[in-house]
Amino acid sequence: MVHFTADEKAAITSIWDKVDLEKVGGETLGRLLIVYPWTQRFFDKFGNLSSATAIMGNPRIRAHGKKVLTSLGLAVQNMDNLKETFAHLSELHCDKLHVDPENFKLLGNMLVIVLSSHLGKEFTVEVQAAWQKLVAAVANALSLKYH
Amino acid sequence: MVLSADDKNNIKGAWGKIGGHGAEYGAEALERMFVTYPTTKTYFPHFDVSHGSAQVKAHGAKVADALAKAASHLDDLPGTLSSLSDLHAHELRVDPVNFKLLSHCLLVTLANHHPADFTPAMHASLDKFLGLVTSALASKYR
Repeated sequence: MVHFTADEKAAITSIWDKVDLEKVGGETLGRLLIVYPWTQRFFDKFGNLSSATAIMGNPRIRAHGKKVLTSLGLAVQNMDNLKETFAHLSELHCDKLHVDPENFKLLGNMLVIVLSSHLGKEFTVEVQAAWQKLVAAVANALSLKYH
Repeated sequence: MVLSADDKNNIKGAWGKIGGHGAEYGAEALERMFVTYPTTKTYFPHFDVSHGSAQVKAHGAKVADALAKAASHLDDLPGTLSSLSDLHAHELRVDPVNFKLLSHCLLVTLANHHPADFTPAMHASLDKFLGLVTSALASKYR
């Protein structure tokens, strides 16, 4: 199980209050679909994904991004218990959604980049390192129920 | 993976915006990488990797210069990076997984300092560029 130090927890929570779930979630998911177009395979039913503009303006993508980031909020509140927190979502992503866990890593890195662009100076080296640890731990927790 | 005309314009444009900050960004990306991915420090046992290190600053400048050169020779990345490919393959022998880690930290740094210019399209072009640079660097490994 991953252990977060007090400093890491503080670095993670320090910026979370500033995060607009819909804006950051929507941008993160949108960028994932643009930078790694093969990830669009999971979103065939989401409407117009024909261009970067279409993707970033797509309300369903924005809403879904908000959903995903809300779950990340669960992680921020349960850093000592990620395995249990994400057990159900792990089953869902394996059994129903059939998502290769590699995608969780791509999304995690995308979130870090978006946070960096929004937070500027506040997104220090230490804050980045703590957030990378969190997204890697969440990606791992989400893969635990795969079979 | 191929660079489109738009990608090439984006990449050249990015280097225009980076201007004289290349060395600074190179050093910051390295520092972010060393702290976030401590295993990367194993390639620099001879370095002081602490914040503000002169060695990291100098190395950041080197990395930035190489990328700037690559960015102005997009039609022949393998040729332009040939001697660096040799160096990484035969002398440095850095495991290629680390190029991805540095690439990611370079993107984090650029997004951090140029949020308005770091559009999704620019982001995609830069990610592709760094992927191609990585391929060129690893091309002679075996």
